Amino acid sequence: MNTIRTYDKVVWSTCNVNCGSRCPVRLFVKAGRVVRIESDNTGDDASRPHEIRACLRGRGLRRWVYSKDRLQHPLKRIGKRGEGRFERISWDQALDTIATELERILKQYGNEAVFRIYGTGNLGGVVSSRDQVDRLMHILGGRLNLHNSYSTAQIYHAMHYTYGEKETGNNISDLVNSKLAVFFGNNPAETRMCGGGTVRDLVLAKQQSGVRIIVIDPRHTDTAAGFADEWIPIRPGTDAALVGGLAHVLITEGLVDQGFLDSHCLGYDQATMPRDIPPGNSYKAYILGEGPDRIPKTPEWAAPITGIPARRITRLAREIGTARPAYITQGWGPQRHAAGEQSARAICMLPILTGNVGMPGGNSGDREGPFGIPFPGIPVGDNPVKTSIPCFMWTRAIDAPHNLTALNGGLRGRERLTTPIKFIWNFASNTLINQHSDINRTKEILRNEKKCEMIVVIDNMMTASARFADILLPATSSFEESDLCYQSYGMELGTLIMRQKAIEPLGESRTLFDICAQVAKRMGVAENFTEGRNHDQWVEYMYHQCRKVKPELPENYRDAVETGIFKWARPGEPRVGLKEFRNDPVSNPLNTPSGKIEIFSPRLWDMAQTWELPKGDVITALPEYHPTWGNLDPERSPMYPLQCIGHHYKQRTHSTYDNNPWLEEAAPQMVWMNPLDARQRDIHHRDTVRIFNTFGQTMVRAKVTPRIMPGVLSLPQGAWHREVAGGVDANGSINVLTSQRPSPIAKGNPQHTNLVQVEKFQEKS
Amino acid sequence: MLKRPAFYLDTQICTGCKTCIIACKDKHDLPAGVRWRRVVEFTGGDWDCLPDGTFNQNVFAYYISVSCNHCQDPVCVKACPSKAMHQDDHGIVTVDPEKCVGCRYCEWVCPYSAPQFDKKLGRMTKCDFCREDLQQGAPPACVAGCPTRALQFGEYDQLAAEYGSDPPMIPMPPTALTKPSFVLETHRDAQLEHARKGTIGNPEEVKDA
Repeated sequence: MNTIRTYDKVVWSTCNVNCGSRCPVRLFVKAGRVVRIESDNTGDDASRPHEIRACLRGRGLRRWVYSKDRLQHPLKRIGKRGEGRFERISWDQALDTIATELERILKQYGNEAVFRIYGTGNLGGVVSSRDQVDRLMHILGGRLNLHNSYSTAQIYHAMHYTYGEKETGNNISDLVNSKLAVFFGNNPAETRMCGGGTVRDLVLAKQQSGVRIIVIDPRHTDTAAGFADEWIPIRPGTDAALVGGLAHVLITEGLVDQGFLDSHCLGYDQATMPRDIPPGNSYKAYILGEGPDRIPKTPEWAAPITGIPARRITRLAREIGTARPAYITQGWGPQRHAAGEQSARAICMLPILTGNVGMPGGNSGDREGPFGIPFPGIPVGDNPVKTSIPCFMWTRAIDAPHNLTALNGGLRGRERLTTPIKFIWNFASNTLINQHSDINRTKEILRNEKKCEMIVVIDNMMTASARFADILLPATSSFEESDLCYQSYGMELGTLIMRQKAIEPLGESRTLFDICAQVAKRMGVAENFTEGRNHDQWVEYMYHQCRKVKPELPENYRDAVETGIFKWARPGEPRVGLKEFRNDPVSNPLNTPSGKIEIFSPRLWDMAQTWELPKGDVITALPEYHPTWGNLDPERSPMYPLQCIGHHYKQRTHSTYDNNPWLEEAAPQMVWMNPLDARQRDIHHRDTVRIFNTFGQTMVRAKVTPRIMPGVLSLPQGAWHREVAGGVDANGSINVLTSQRPSPIAKGNPQHTNLVQVEKFQEKS
Repeated sequence: MLKRPAFYLDTQICTGCKTCIIACKDKHDLPAGVRWRRVVEFTGGDWDCLPDGTFNQNVFAYYISVSCNHCQDPVCVKACPSKAMHQDDHGIVTVDPEKCVGCRYCEWVCPYSAPQFDKKLGRMTKCDFCREDLQQGAPPACVAGCPTRALQFGEYDQLAAEYGSDPPMIPMPPTALTKPSFVLETHRDAQLEHARKGTIGNPEEVKDA
């Protein structure tokens, strides 16, 4: 049965999804097929850099590459857009159509009508990167820019307004220096699972120091199961209220670091408030009830909002206030909400109040920071177009471009959008349908072929998004294309992996480079695009660019390929974010207007006066708690009495690998539901349930478990949307339930803010 | 080659990621429904809803990754009517495909669900401890792949001396039943009094309906 030692070759490859790791894998090839996969086995695992052991997703790659859903030939839509009916065409026909349509649209509407949609289904390769599309478009005069990400829009804005930079976290390894760790919605055991990344470093730190870890999350995550000394369940979207209660105790019991607040921060109390702001607007005034709302943010105030008993809030505040240093961190779940910017800013208040910022063993309140080697990507050139939309706002840019302005939609580079999006490049992205909010509305917008006139999808699989292509092109998978891959943002080591082509492309699959080069040729810019290099020559060329960063790499590309993988341990002590500022705030000011930590943000104060917001949304200069449209209010929304979040699931990364039957067997798609909520509805474990709200409905099996708090469902995000009769999703795809209403500041996706109802699904006889 | 190879699992750091399952599936090319390695999620706890809308709870959860434990006293071998199930000099229990008639008695008697019926082949299959790898001095696929390094292997006597062989963690059966070559570092929550009231949280992943 075993085929041990009967392979033709073993080559290095990579898992190229957006989990924050970048795992090397070794592919065992026999008779032109990959028949086995193993992890990194280089070096001594007992010391850094450790083996980078891929998680189940990377280990299951071959069942994915050889999937029945694999695209093998260029296809052209027949019938209406989105019906999923295609006919096979030749590569020449496909590329001619793309070039003709691109030329027509550029001429008719201009470059700002062309958009390369957000997507991270193929990430981490240098030459196989989506950068190729950007490079091509920049040569052709530009494309509509995008900013933010679906992962981090709100938290990056929170960090920008508070600290002046987007990533300020200490390495997770720095936990060895901590007396206490508090994880707000941070779940590396399921989001950063790689055995060379964050979870590995977390294990080592916990084993070395035994640091006490408290996990605050609506769901008892695998991080809670594996590492937490205590789990505190919290209602989704109420982190800022909890922080208010904690801050009240810290302030009234004298547990704040007044010296640090005086010297490093703006707006803690009246003494450090900007002069032109009326009195009573400091943070301290807000917390003590001396601000405009006159409400003291006591633990008793926070308790019913958060679901956490007041005495537990008091005890937690005392723990945080007396443990020096304390590592207070947040994942990206708390911020992916209707008012996520404020939650993220509020969580940062705990280390700010207690002076844990910029300290070994402390943290800024941001997510753990990475270490990596700054290897280059392909040169994409300058985009002549300066207009940029928040990446979440693309449906509005198609449907109602006149209603996308700097003040109402976060548009940059222009006051208002001058043309709708007419041409979409969709490479390795399921954002077109599956990962964007409100699938039913998105479909309606895209079905109108007069609005967006051309959709080109380049992918490996027949995804929900691929079904909306006008031209659908089969791309090579990582098995079929050589490249260079390096470490990602959820790791504390540098890597360079010399990915080799293991098998011939399946069917007629082509590399993204070849596709773009062929379009470039038809548009008369072939030479500019290729610079005279073919795909493999680009890989070799980029290797030599990497050598400029790490000159100890072999001089000869072939020698590097022979070695296959290079790893660099993080040198010295763990990184401490904002250390220089902490040590000397005068010589090393932050990149905020005041140079200080802006607890009170004058920029947000101004935005609150000028930005146009829908009723119910607020922008506040302080990290305040305000209820949103997604808060549970039995009087307002008796129809939808449950909150529904969508945790990241080990079965897949976002939507990639969802069609791998091995992974589905190991970790099936189910909605998490508390036994109290299930009992009320006569729902039992494994029953099929229907989850619904005003946006849509989905069917999925129930996981009835005490590991989720009452009143909350968690439906793992990323399951492939499958529409059955009547517009119902039959695969537990959360985005039939999510809203396209953006968050106030970042205009980011609030995909954990959902109100729903659930019932047992009764098959009609 | 080890005298009596055994698995060791540190349940304190097993996060239930299931990489071991897929590493095993891949190496042995197992079809859906054939699970040489399984990860049991054991969970429990009660929720107390207070009048002010807050909650008290004592929820816990831990994971146990289990394959075949190559027991010293293998009930599957005893139960096998065709003598297909057998144990080698190292204690590794395997099925002789020539002799197995697919009666599934072994599956029925094994307290760990280790023998797995392959419908297509019409016979039992199971973990062989990656014996060929062990002979070459290499670790089994599941151990080599474990991201948190919770799953290890070694000489049974050494592991038992270091970590103890008793008492077993809930929901593992009493070790006296079969004398498994499986040593566990006990999860902190397994010692909670109310842990006895817990349940297997993922029956669908461990067994077919």
